[in-house]
Amino acid sequence: MNVHEYQGKELLKQYGAVVPRGQVAFTADEAVDAAKNLGGELWVVKAQIHAGGRGKAGGVKLAKNLDEVKAYAGELLGKTLVTHQTGPEGKEVKRLLIEEGCPIDKEYYLGVVIDRATNRVTLMASSEGGTEIEEVAEKTPELIHKVVVDPAVGLQVFQARELAYAIGIEDKKLVNQAVNFMLGLYQAFVDKDCSLAEINPLITTKDGRVMALDAKLNFDSNALYRHKDIVEYRDLDEEDPKEIQASKFDLSYIALDGNIGCMVNGAGLAMATMDIIKHYGGDPANFLDVGGGATAEKVTEAFKIILDDPNVKGILVNIFGGIMKCDIIADGVVQAAKEVGLDRPLVVRLEGTNVERGKEILNQSDLKITAADSMADAAEKIVALVK
Amino acid sequence: MSIFVNKDTKVITQGITGKNGLFHTTQAIEYGTNIVGGTSPGKGGTEVEGVPVFNTVKEAVAATGANASAVYIPAPFAADAIMEAVDAGIELVICITEGIPVLDMVKVRRYLEGKKTRLIGPNCPGVITPGECKIGIMPGYIHTPGKVGIVSRSGTLTYEAVHQLTTRNIGQSTAVGIGGDPVNGTDFIDVLKAFQEDPDTEAVIMIGEIGGTAEEEAAEWIKANMTKPVVGFIGGQTAPPGKRMGHAGAIISGGKGTAAEKIAKLEECGVTVASTPAVMGETLARVLEEKGLLEVCSTKK
Repeated sequence: MNVHEYQGKELLKQYGAVVPRGQVAFTADEAVDAAKNLGGELWVVKAQIHAGGRGKAGGVKLAKNLDEVKAYAGELLGKTLVTHQTGPEGKEVKRLLIEEGCPIDKEYYLGVVIDRATNRVTLMASSEGGTEIEEVAEKTPELIHKVVVDPAVGLQVFQARELAYAIGIEDKKLVNQAVNFMLGLYQAFVDKDCSLAEINPLITTKDGRVMALDAKLNFDSNALYRHKDIVEYRDLDEEDPKEIQASKFDLSYIALDGNIGCMVNGAGLAMATMDIIKHYGGDPANFLDVGGGATAEKVTEAFKIILDDPNVKGILVNIFGGIMKCDIIADGVVQAAKEVGLDRPLVVRLEGTNVERGKEILNQSDLKITAADSMADAAEKIVALVK
Repeated sequence: MSIFVNKDTKVITQGITGKNGLFHTTQAIEYGTNIVGGTSPGKGGTEVEGVPVFNTVKEAVAATGANASAVYIPAPFAADAIMEAVDAGIELVICITEGIPVLDMVKVRRYLEGKKTRLIGPNCPGVITPGECKIGIMPGYIHTPGKVGIVSRSGTLTYEAVHQLTTRNIGQSTAVGIGGDPVNGTDFIDVLKAFQEDPDTEAVIMIGEIGGTAEEEAAEWIKANMTKPVVGFIGGQTAPPGKRMGHAGAIISGGKGTAAEKIAKLEECGVTVASTPAVMGETLARVLEEKGLLEVCSTKK
């Protein structure tokens, strides 16, 4: 799960990792009030959307007086920002973060990930802050420094110190502040079950402080059950409505650009089904895994979500029943098709547990269903039907 | 012959009185798996499906001599269940549970260091040696005993591969699902190594997917160590970056972990990659034919 920058910073603050003083605003007037509260002579007005690259897209403005704060806030709120992470349709700005301006001295990169090679939490830091870290990794990998954390003892002070020195922070006071920041960030990461944390940039200021100018935190959705506070950060405005609907029924759904709706059991088979549709010249409209323990109701819901997409010109159901029984899928398909009125071609491929009963249910319904014998056959048929 | 499990494997089910645990224990017994007991704290001393239930894994091991366990414990408690089995000295722990927090698995991996236990999963279909031992949720009847090993990050794609082999009269030595989570117990290389050393496995199908670099590392290992032919498939060739495709581990992030990279690496290392998931069996049959192994792998005598 993603959260906004201001929410991530709130969390960091709780763990003693320093962030600029700031306040969230939903209107231009609130933005001005926030700036007044913060005081000072320089403010940053930052668009809050769940995507990176906001600066380049014009979503971050520097205001030198309250009138400018108001003007920039008015300009950004309601504006659709298009960044390299939002896709061409962009995202509408509904929230702003108003922050005190900071006298930046140097910019660094600090990230925390779960490294799949070592199966441990790893801190990464670089002197090349503010730029895309993937670019740094590609061109100058020697500028990325890592420490691997032993989960039995957690991040040690010496490790954080080594990292601070490695990226070129040398002033003793600054080193200590950087160490404190890293320890706080690590603790927040493990306490709250983050899957990724990126501070880009981490800055040193001309007046001798170390703090996070930006914060991107992602959380492990499998661990949200034990973090009510993080669940409250969820912003449904930032999510695809069909994905929200699917998540209510515990379906794994991702909207794509094509016109062939897919309903599959198992994530691997669902991905492979998208691949084979593409192989035969079609375009999948979605990824949808109904999971192992689907009921007829769940299948009905999945079907409704697929049919709700006006881009969908045809549907492919591909089921290899293990625990998921074919007759249950067939029941769900028939039920759903009746409820919503099936008005588009449907190809069904069933294999596995109770396959004969499943096929029987489909045949006995008076629905127009094209049966397929294999994955390849199913993909070929649906691609031909939507053309 | 086979790897990891066979007819002598003594299996307990952790969470045997739960809905999933009970259902799949019944199925396993029907298949012929040597299920010797189960655990369910608070229900020790009772019996289900004709096998004894214990409060702890230690008690179960002491009473039955179990050397393998299947974990069907709900995600919030699954890491604890795995560690309980490790502490009791179980040699093979197969965790079926889906949705375990990744940081719980980081702790489990640390706990496993220096211990003799092999963990398979989590979030996997399990392990089956056809005709001998089925631990997990795969439909038993699609399998046929034989000489082709299968290792996969995906459950249903494993079934797909098995089915394609069985319908071509090619049997399987063992099918191992290693699971779709980013931090798991056993990786491709561990399983490939076991297949390489197993005298009765002649060839291997390896099914990977987007995310991470496990397939690339396995490809390098195959090139350096494997003398048996390997056929590969990588799911997610059309998956968009930054979107998690169901499995927690199946995500292209920072431009890394794409299917194209993995396929290129596998081919470079001598693995024949099936162009679509529908031709995994066909591709393997062709490779077996080329190597003169088709007859020895055929179940039609």
